[in-house]
Amino acid sequence: MKQNEYSSGVNLVVYRILIYGALLFWAFLCLFPIYWSITTSFKAAVNVMQGHLIPWIDFTPKWIGFRSLGLSPDTIFEISTVREEFLKRFFNSVITSVSASVLAVMLGSLAAYGLSRFEYKLGFVKNTDISFFFLSQMILPPVVLALPFLVLYRELALLDTTIGLVMLYGLMVLPIVIWIMRDQFSTIPIELEEAGLVDGLSVWGVFLRIVLPISFPGMVAAFILCLVLTWNEYFFAALLTSADAKTLPVMVASQTGSQGINWWSMAALSTAAIAPLAIIGIFLENYIVKGLSTGAVK
Amino acid sequence: MTSTYVGTDHIPAKRKALGQAMILIATILLVALFITQTLHRAGSITAGFDNWRPILYAYLIWSLALCWGITLIKGERGQRALFVLPAFLFTIAMVIFPLIFSVYISLHDWNLSAFEGQKFNGIDNFIALLGDTYYWNSMLNMLYYLIAILFEYAIAFGLALLLNAQIVARKFFRVVFLMPLMLSPVAVSWMLGKSLMEYRFGPAATLARQLGWENPAFFSTPEIARLSIMILDAWTFIPFMMIMLLAGLQALPKEVNEAARIDGANNWQHFWKITFPLMLPVSVTATVIRIIFKLKLADIVINVTSGGPGGATDTVTSFIFREYRDRSNVGYGTMMAVVYLIMIVILMTAFLNFLNRWMQKVT
Repeated sequence: MKQNEYSSGVNLVVYRILIYGALLFWAFLCLFPIYWSITTSFKAAVNVMQGHLIPWIDFTPKWIGFRSLGLSPDTIFEISTVREEFLKRFFNSVITSVSASVLAVMLGSLAAYGLSRFEYKLGFVKNTDISFFFLSQMILPPVVLALPFLVLYRELALLDTTIGLVMLYGLMVLPIVIWIMRDQFSTIPIELEEAGLVDGLSVWGVFLRIVLPISFPGMVAAFILCLVLTWNEYFFAALLTSADAKTLPVMVASQTGSQGINWWSMAALSTAAIAPLAIIGIFLENYIVKGLSTGAVK
Repeated sequence: MTSTYVGTDHIPAKRKALGQAMILIATILLVALFITQTLHRAGSITAGFDNWRPILYAYLIWSLALCWGITLIKGERGQRALFVLPAFLFTIAMVIFPLIFSVYISLHDWNLSAFEGQKFNGIDNFIALLGDTYYWNSMLNMLYYLIAILFEYAIAFGLALLLNAQIVARKFFRVVFLMPLMLSPVAVSWMLGKSLMEYRFGPAATLARQLGWENPAFFSTPEIARLSIMILDAWTFIPFMMIMLLAGLQALPKEVNEAARIDGANNWQHFWKITFPLMLPVSVTATVIRIIFKLKLADIVINVTSGGPGGATDTVTSFIFREYRDRSNVGYGTMMAVVYLIMIVILMTAFLNFLNRWMQKVT
């Protein structure tokens, strides 16, 4: 396309086609794997092997994958050990990720507020040093902490407990919360808080009554980002949990290794594992974008 | 705000004493329990606990006493400290202490499955590490993986530009493009790595055959396996950079975007002369965060290739993971992790310094 011809209609059409072509192509790349795992959970072995892709045309969908998990319509009311196992892992994941995110958002928001509003001094340590101390944790690769925690948790009898995992996950996402919330608090005009102080509120009163309601959307954004990271976390869970506190990613991973893969049940399991976050992604996308955009705009 | 508000600095002596007593008692409790348990473990005394959990509780009580005591002693200033203190105590307990402990572990011959327990062996682990070709190989792989970020960045920037153009259904595309980031890497490992790219009947393999690649084995030769892992990882993380860059694009001065739109937005020169330089700060932030995430890459490698073939796809994290899984070798594994951390800290500091200086020169 030559530069001087942009205004002409033909080129504009070509340009539009290119843009939408690229958009649709990438949308296809993003969605096809998801489509593939959802449909595969309804396929029999023969359909998988012959590469059938389109339900009702290529193959007849059956509840085969979800039946193996005990989640299909005909098995949902029957007793199923697989379903029990799955639900246990699922709720382990829910409890772990939600508690860890709550913990991190609470601790992180408080710290971020303190750091953005007050001046601390402890010897030569100042605000910037404390901020750096928190944010530098982001750079710490989990593997450095993994083995020490394995030994420590064994001594503390915290191996294979949800609470142990919650603390570790809370730690993992804490710097991210502080990063997001510091940004959020700095956008709140300080005059509001001064007015609160004049009215006789304590610093904590100001925080709880005035700042908290205003910054709530920011906290939701931070919370959801934490949720995404902790729900998907595999490394620590694989090392530190076994029978009781095992989370869904570990269960999914352990299926792939054993005795040749049962495609339909793997597909059903993957689908179930990604569904909660996929739904969050669709409905709360604004918050995720908000959280991720921190630091991009100054 | 500090200057505008004068705190009530008149604190009754009684309250102060109460606060000090509280902190003192909690400290004594913590130290006493710690010493008891240490002696118990060493076998000097019989009194003690089965495990160290009570020490954890004592630390919790100590933290509470410290927080409360400080507000009693320092009043207004204590209340302010209370904002940062919980996160601080939490991080100290969860990072600083384990880090120190990890140095201790790394100086031991410590095999969790061995019966005789740990044995101090000084820097033997470090010497073993220097000669461990697999470890350095995984370091080299990290370098390849880091280089892949450049391509991820280019694609993410392209997508951000597309989303920033005048299009219908922008929201729809944004949701769709964001989707891969939401998916668990373990599920992605299966969905993409183990089924879509499966040699016999994965759709990606079928497509590759139709395109003329006779033997579409995505994970059996070193170079292609590494490339496949890069693609899997890029697939999940491109949305992350894309969103940051999009936010940056949307925050650009209006005139820039409008000028771009009148020109048709794909004006090559306009992009390189105006948009790209304006986007540099955002680009740097996004890339640095992406590097940090990349350095943690493990779950996809562990689940798809287990580092194979011949360690060609190993990351440092996945290598240490297997070292523990296969050999329970905590001492050596920790030494590798500590060395990795030291290298990261040194290189990242140098890199950030360089970036800072470069940015000052450019902008």
